[in-house]
Amino acid sequence: MLHATEVLGAEAYDVNGNFVGRVREMYIVPAEQLNRVARLLLGRGKYRPLVARYDQVAFVAPGTIKLNADEMALEPFRPNEAWLAVRKDLLDQQVIDTNGRKVVRVNDIDLLEQRTNGSVEMRLSRVDVGLPGAVRRLLQGLASPSVIRRIQEKLPPRNIRWEFINLIEPDPMRRVKLRIDHTKLAKLHPADLADIMEKLSATERQSIIASLDEETAAETISELDKRLQAQIVEKMDPEKAADIIEEMAPDAAADLLADLSPETSREVLQEMPREEAQEVRELLQFAEDSAGGMMNTEFVFVGEAATRDEVLDWVRTHDYNVEQLDTVFLTNQEMALSGAVPIARLLMAAPGVPLRELKAEPLVYVEPEAGEKEVFELFDKYNLRSLAVTDKEGHPVGSITVDDVVTRLRSRL
Amino acid sequence: MNAGPINETLERWGKRIEPWRSRLRHWSRRIVVILAVMGPGVITANVDNDAGGIYTYSLAGAQFGYATLWSLIPMGFALFVTMEMCSRMGAVTGKGLSDLIREEFGFRVTFFLLGTVLLVNLGNVLAEFAGVASAMEVFGVSKYVSVPVGAALVWLLVVRGSYERVEKIFLAVCFVYVAYVFSAVLAKPNWLVAALNLLPTPVLQKVPHMQRWVTPVPLTSGYLLMVAALVGTTIAPWQHFYLQSAVVEKRVGPRQYRHTRTDVLIGSVSCMVTAFFIIVCTAATLHVAGQGKIEDAGDAAQALAPLAGRFASALFAIGLLNASLFAASILPLSTAYVICEGLGFEAGLDRKVSEAPIFYWLYTALIVVGGGLILLPGAPLVKIAVLSQVANGVLLPIILIFILLLVNRRELMGEHTNSRTYNVVAWATSVAMIVLTLALLYISIFLPEKIQGIAVPGM
Repeated sequence: MLHATEVLGAEAYDVNGNFVGRVREMYIVPAEQLNRVARLLLGRGKYRPLVARYDQVAFVAPGTIKLNADEMALEPFRPNEAWLAVRKDLLDQQVIDTNGRKVVRVNDIDLLEQRTNGSVEMRLSRVDVGLPGAVRRLLQGLASPSVIRRIQEKLPPRNIRWEFINLIEPDPMRRVKLRIDHTKLAKLHPADLADIMEKLSATERQSIIASLDEETAAETISELDKRLQAQIVEKMDPEKAADIIEEMAPDAAADLLADLSPETSREVLQEMPREEAQEVRELLQFAEDSAGGMMNTEFVFVGEAATRDEVLDWVRTHDYNVEQLDTVFLTNQEMALSGAVPIARLLMAAPGVPLRELKAEPLVYVEPEAGEKEVFELFDKYNLRSLAVTDKEGHPVGSITVDDVVTRLRSRL
Repeated sequence: MNAGPINETLERWGKRIEPWRSRLRHWSRRIVVILAVMGPGVITANVDNDAGGIYTYSLAGAQFGYATLWSLIPMGFALFVTMEMCSRMGAVTGKGLSDLIREEFGFRVTFFLLGTVLLVNLGNVLAEFAGVASAMEVFGVSKYVSVPVGAALVWLLVVRGSYERVEKIFLAVCFVYVAYVFSAVLAKPNWLVAALNLLPTPVLQKVPHMQRWVTPVPLTSGYLLMVAALVGTTIAPWQHFYLQSAVVEKRVGPRQYRHTRTDVLIGSVSCMVTAFFIIVCTAATLHVAGQGKIEDAGDAAQALAPLAGRFASALFAIGLLNASLFAASILPLSTAYVICEGLGFEAGLDRKVSEAPIFYWLYTALIVVGGGLILLPGAPLVKIAVLSQVANGVLLPIILIFILLLVNRRELMGEHTNSRTYNVVAWATSVAMIVLTLALLYISIFLPEKIQGIAVPGM
């Protein structure tokens, strides 16, 4: 096994044993192979640098490279945006470890040699983010390779397989050229992805959000801290922002819009479908620390005479957000709130039971103007999962779920 | 009586007030935004007035009276220029200074730079705990009590608190510097003379009858050295790392950046204001009484008691204690962050000790070693302090050059690189700083007798 630091700076000789130059850079050409060192840049001082292709390399050892071609056969170097440079784009840069779900900094890269007839290919196998790589970088050229290898054997390794590495490239054009996709990232839990994003710079965050589908983007943005949410949305064009915000729960969307500048907020609302925009606008009326500011207007309510099976069918055929589904609210003939049924009770009840008989006692609710402290106290006192919010006439207008409460309480800690 | 006209009048008034109300709302919104971004600049600039800073300022006042006051204005300007560049880099790139150096200049450069940062900062931590010790000695508390208690406090504060809470505490602590305003008032200085001395000499000479109030100080090497020491203690290498990371941690983006610039400006000004009152305080007392020799900042506090009263002395010591603890909380933390981030180790107070072992060990070791060395009987404190100051002097030019190179890279900063005029100002400031610190360095290495009884700069 070789390391990128041992190859960078190595002396290259051609087939006749003549010195050609030193390896200044290694390139991967993602369009051909995602893990092969496809080109070596050979610097020759004041002469024009040359490029050796992977099939022109006959032998590789730390500090030395032998080619199987004559110097005259090598092409002159022309910079290419679609090549991934090991030294410039990888070493010392931050990358995402999709397996360990965190951002790491590259110390070195492990290369595997693969012999084909007449040439040696170098394949990227692992990224070194631990002490051995650091020591190698530090001592390279100062101590002999064998000494360095002996020291690093004693150090605890920390490697990440190349397949798990997700590169961060802020420039979208170059990202396409380098064939970096974020499918591995999109598979992470939005909360993990949000943690990763918080460690990155603004442009890098923007590039990741841009590459996610709207639903994942919405979930990830909801998990970010408030200031970052606003920052990301402010930088998007309103249409794209509207598409993402539409996918968020209305209360989260309202909180986010309240943090945006008035102009952006207006533009985004204009781009959203009328009905959703209306819902969010209504929520924006309420002070952020009131029950109205905490509530969600998406909730399930049914007539109290409905039976268990009818309700289950209703829920199944409607596209409800799972988070909003821990409690079904009941209304009487005047459409006023008359009860609340936790889903767990629904689960345990016999098929034909009317929901009226499953109500949790007592009936607890607040008006939108109630302060958040009152809401916390009700949740604590009655061990609630959800709390209904009603207007002056007793009509349900929204519900507050326990996750909203936890988020608020935690931000006060 | 009919209520109609009254209602009408009320409504008319309501309409008249409305624009004012909306203006008020607009302003309160802006103030909220500014307050949200406020913090990094004010905190960093104030930590500059640490134990070493206070000592240098007291010494300047005690030895040269009001005569060094003029240097505060250009110093405040230089402080603003260098800090502004770092905070701008933080806001635009979203990365800390050590991250940027690593990404742009490679591992080896970063390693040696950070190694130096570690040593220099250890020296500074030591100086802060020495400050704690000498401040508490004014109140008759032995250093064997005050230093361990101080170290434990600092350790707990940071390990047990979240960043937001710690920052609030730090911001509150900035107000304790007002103690120096009071002790300066109690020292009954001649405010007119003090104010006149803020003017640069050429302007001062144009003031009619200025000889009546201001006696010109001969430009001795001691005087020049004092000015250099003032500069050296005000602009320290570590503060650039801390400021940039704090701006990143606050999630300031390019849009909110102008508020951060205000924050940095307020910080630079308030730092100089504190320095002004310290110099004025010792100038009006120790200088007048001819007590130019003080060994450390605690000495200055003690010498104040017979001249300006016990209360002034106590206030001075409280200010010193506050400043030392403040800097002792920030320095080890910032050092641990900078080193771990630059070298790619896990870092952050939101990680568990098992997840970020090197971070926590570094942080703890800096406090334990820094505090522990003070307690060694017969420890060569002054020598260590001089050495750490020499290292500070070596490091500062390097860091300033890195900052200037980075801030001008278009691929990093885009449209936010320095403008040409700004570059001229920034390079001129940095070169002036570099020349001054190198001169100081030269003197402290080759002509140590010159600094005896003058400044142990930075201490």
